[in-house]
Amino acid sequence: MAVWKLTTPLTDEDIEKLRIGDQVYITGTIYTGRDAAHKKLVELIEANKPLPFDVKGQIIYYVGPTPARPGKPVGSAGPTTSYRMDSYAPYLYALGIKATIGKGARSEEVKEALKKYKAVYLGAVGGAGALISKRIIKSEIVAYPELGPEAIRKMEVKDFPVIVINDMYGGDLFLEGKKKYHVE
Amino acid sequence: MKVISLKDVKENVKNVVQKANFELNEDVINVIKESMEKEESPEGKAVFDQLLENAEIARKEKLGLCQDTGLAVFFVELGEEIQFKKEDGLESLSQAINEGVREGYKEGYLRKSVVEDPLRRKNTGDNTPAFIHWELVPGDKFKVTFMAKGGGAENMSAIRMLAPAAGQKGIEDFVVETVDSAGPNPCPPIIVGVGIGGNFETSALLAKKALLRRPLGSHHSDPFYADMEKRLLERINKLGIGPQGIGGRITALAVHIEVFPCHIASLPVAVNIQCHSHRLLTFEL
Ligand code: SF4
Repeated sequence: MAVWKLTTPLTDEDIEKLRIGDQVYITGTIYTGRDAAHKKLVELIEANKPLPFDVKGQIIYYVGPTPARPGKPVGSAGPTTSYRMDSYAPYLYALGIKATIGKGARSEEVKEALKKYKAVYLGAVGGAGALISKRIIKSEIVAYPELGPEAIRKMEVKDFPVIVINDMYGGDLFLEGKKKYHVE
Repeated sequence: MKVISLKDVKENVKNVVQKANFELNEDVINVIKESMEKEESPEGKAVFDQLLENAEIARKEKLGLCQDTGLAVFFVELGEEIQFKKEDGLESLSQAINEGVREGYKEGYLRKSVVEDPLRRKNTGDNTPAFIHWELVPGDKFKVTFMAKGGGAENMSAIRMLAPAAGQKGIEDFVVETVDSAGPNPCPPIIVGVGIGGNFETSALLAKKALLRRPLGSHHSDPFYADMEKRLLERINKLGIGPQGIGGRITALAVHIEVFPCHIASLPVAVNIQCHSHRLLTFEL
């Protein structure tokens, strides 16, 4: 299992080298979104309207942080469960999103989209929001402030730690890992 | 007659909702450490390491252990002989608890995770209403247990009305199936609360109550159910899901069971899944 340092925006070449189980450290800009924001984004896509940010080569992090204390860029900020975004994710991968970050398993449709559009699904440690917040340098709301914790944020991250759960070759770390440790 | 001021209730609630979200209890940390020893997967061990480091940071910086600071769930043991004193505009006990939640979640920079309607989904903005379960008890005891219950683990919970003939095996299979199909979603390592018996609604409440038992990982006082807890934990940890679902020996930290009498035709079972971020705190007045 390899270790990679990647800087956003991501390219096809970045994605091609990633395999399940690889450790990746991300530096640069990432965008956040949860259920409510995804619903709005997909409504815009279906109405052929422009999105609030350029999605080409970008990463979406499924997170709804706690409010930042004064002087801090962000509060606790770990991943939320990804399957709730499964019905929306293929639309965004189709437009050029190269990676999503969350926790938990993805649907077959999402895994197909990863193959089709050369993209990955990355896992961050669920329930380690305080630790993860240390890798987020800046955070600002760029769309839907009325959604509170569910607003879309633009974050600057440095060496943000994730593991490749699903790669563009159909690999699935959850299935492989479970097989390895399953006892009848 | 014991008199308790509603203002005291509010202040205590305000404190526990914050402390519980910042400081992981010692018994939970101990079970995490013990389980880490048993974890065979190096990647799994690394996850445990991060959980312990996370707990350190959260405690020192008064930062949410998890960004999902939960629905505010309360179990109240309310002595029948207590009188409550209205103060500071607080007119009722439930108002005092809700006010404590409102102020505590604001003061502690905790996330507001409640929508006011299940389908129209507008955030209430202050994490109220609190989810309060009352239990009337004789005497003048007033004991309040707060649990910050995140959505990820709660969503993987399940309930089933089994036929009595399904018996012990039916119960155990259902529990293991529920954990298996939850897979990586509820942030394993998890804690499994099982409610057996009662009727439809009480079995779910029993499952949640099972999560309140302390210290974490201690067993039911009835050896029959203590054995079932041990057997279930063993079966669950053979699944291979592992920390965060990436494969490993430890999928669950503990299984707690609570039981209750039930109808001759019924065998209800409920499974309430809780994550490693087991935020629980009690106060008494
Ligand atoms: S399941 Fe628990 S640890 Fe995971 S995100 Fe939800 S509250 Fe946090």
